[in-house]
Amino acid sequence: MAKRLYVVDVDRCVGCQSCMFACARRAGVGGTAGSRIGVRSAGGMRKGFIVVVCRACAEPPCARVCPTDALAPREGGGVRFRPELCVGCGNCRDACPFGAVSWDAAEAKPLVCVYCGVCAAYCPYDVLAFDEVGRNVDASE
Amino acid sequence: MHPSDPLRRVLVIDLSKRAFEVVERPDLFEASIGGAGVAIRLLEERCPPGADPLGPENPIVFAVGPLVGLYPLASKTVAMFKSPHTGNLGESHAGGRSAVSIRMAGYGAVVITGRSPGPTYLVIEDGRVAFRDASALWGLRSSTTAGSVLREREGGSGHRSILRIGPAGEAEVSYACVITETYRHFGRLGLGAVFGSKRLKGIVIAGTRTLPVADPGAYRREYDALFRAATTSPAMRKYHDLGTPMNVLPLHESGALPTRNLRSTRFEAAEAISGEAMASRFLGRRLACSHCPVACIHLAALRTPHPKEPYFYKTSMLGYDYELIYALGSMLGIADPEGILRLADEVEIQGLDAMSAGVVLAWATEAYERGLVAKDDLDGIPLAWGDAEAYASAVRRIVRRPTDLYRALARGVDHASSVYGGREFALALGGNEMPGYHTGPACHLGFLTGSRHSHLDSAGYSLDQKPPADGGERTAEETVAALIAEEQWRQVLSSLVVCFFSRGLYAPDVVARALAPLGIAVTPADLDRIGAETLQRKWAFKRREGFDAARLRIPERVCETETPLGRVDADALRRALEHFAALSS
Repeated sequence: MAKRLYVVDVDRCVGCQSCMFACARRAGVGGTAGSRIGVRSAGGMRKGFIVVVCRACAEPPCARVCPTDALAPREGGGVRFRPELCVGCGNCRDACPFGAVSWDAAEAKPLVCVYCGVCAAYCPYDVLAFDEVGRNVDASE
Repeated sequence: MHPSDPLRRVLVIDLSKRAFEVVERPDLFEASIGGAGVAIRLLEERCPPGADPLGPENPIVFAVGPLVGLYPLASKTVAMFKSPHTGNLGESHAGGRSAVSIRMAGYGAVVITGRSPGPTYLVIEDGRVAFRDASALWGLRSSTTAGSVLREREGGSGHRSILRIGPAGEAEVSYACVITETYRHFGRLGLGAVFGSKRLKGIVIAGTRTLPVADPGAYRREYDALFRAATTSPAMRKYHDLGTPMNVLPLHESGALPTRNLRSTRFEAAEAISGEAMASRFLGRRLACSHCPVACIHLAALRTPHPKEPYFYKTSMLGYDYELIYALGSMLGIADPEGILRLADEVEIQGLDAMSAGVVLAWATEAYERGLVAKDDLDGIPLAWGDAEAYASAVRRIVRRPTDLYRALARGVDHASSVYGGREFALALGGNEMPGYHTGPACHLGFLTGSRHSHLDSAGYSLDQKPPADGGERTAEETVAALIAEEQWRQVLSSLVVCFFSRGLYAPDVVARALAPLGIAVTPADLDRIGAETLQRKWAFKRREGFDAARLRIPERVCETETPLGRVDADALRRALEHFAALSS
């Protein structure tokens, strides 16, 4: 079964951004630019945080607007990215209502979740879960 | 260092000319790592001898280190400047998002010189500095509003840091702070006043980038070991659960909690203001600095009824830490935690260092009790232990300065007591108001000799709590040696800019292993040498600016009030200072 990320308990998010650094570290680098997950304050830190993940849509709008099929639906939900087909138009980034398509400004290509679950493994407070698509239906998002 | 690591880039901003340049300085970072080690070198280069701390010639240096953006708990920015509060070395550290933001903007250090022709705020990004007009923000009643305006006006949520001053900084109160991300501070030694003197209302720093490493496999392994240690260690768990206020009760019980201007060291209301009570009654949210899984920042949710309108409430989220509860709580005899939080809110609105503010108010209360100052000097509002409302009014007056007394209080207790008397209970050490520990001789020796007169310099309180293995007493020489050794190692930690709470994790061999995959080859012996050299440089700067340990003032109160180790012997303390002076000259 295809897996995806769930934001199961956003109230426990402390804004440490360990998930973002974990995502970037997959490529063996530091910093935040390579992250495909986003944590930001909900309007000042006193209001807590917004955690943006790809929810692996059954009919992903990001793939629908891709003119070259570089982003194509993945079986079971979500998308697969083939960078060699990408022309860097940015339609995908604009199509996602959650802002879950990050952007690699240097390469002019999207950074989309690859559903590996590494970020969830580095969340110290169980804000994130990595589970089968459709399994965690009661999770709050 | 990896050849494309931007750490070597130093951004130099001249407010007078509204100009900036980026200077490549790998030499600084190779010799001194980053943070404190690099900052003191830049201060040496940029701060002329005898500089007026509030003059355009006083530079502000911010520096971060190689671990930032790469390893957990490397979350501090070191600020260095000449302090308007002590007239000597000013060094203050803050967490929040500032360190990662400076690194992600592509810099290892930022230097700000000159004085802006009019109020300004800076927007710092990769390769770009904008000088924005802040004339409409100057004079805002609250530092919090200034932060909200900058947040709304500038983009980059999640990858940026917002530094700003409040009315106290604009008024150049010598212990005004700089606030970052609402809940963290460059608290001590008056960086806020230096901002104010430069007409610098705030700084927005934003960026995002990738940091390359030399050995990705080894990097991931070292990362995992540190991350696991940080998330499973019981010490870190305590910082997450109760935060630093976990110290209130143990210090009270051992008789080391400064109370009512250090007339006593146990506070009858310690339970009510303890970390446990604060958590159960008020804890509303916990936050982390960037890349810190520990999340020690504790916010209280305080619900306040409107004074006139029924069924109308405001709910404020207010940060609290041990030092704040000490300085604005026990030190002022405030038993009601809501009173402490309201007073803390006012201190935050004005943008003052909470520790100095509390000690200043404690001195003023005792001076009023003893008749050294009159009600008129206090602008008609008498101060009394426990009266949080009067203290909040006094905090506003420290900034507004309606009387000569308040003008003096705006310069700290050393100055105020030199005008009004009451030197013996003016609790400043090395010119800086005391932190919340009266554990024995080592803590006070540490406050006096530490390069920034902070409890964090050399952790004397910890030395006091660990008697020598043979059960005897340490000699003055042994105490001085232990404090210097600790302070030298802490130069390494603050050059790496790792949080001192993680000092147990970042042991010398661990640091060397963490740096290796980044292409930085150092041994634990190299680190020791760099730490010693950095401390020497700070001492040299202080000597240059007139510091003499042998001539430091020891407030009599320190030696009169019992510590858990008995009374501090003034002669022994004096001998230790002379020994330190000989070693450090």
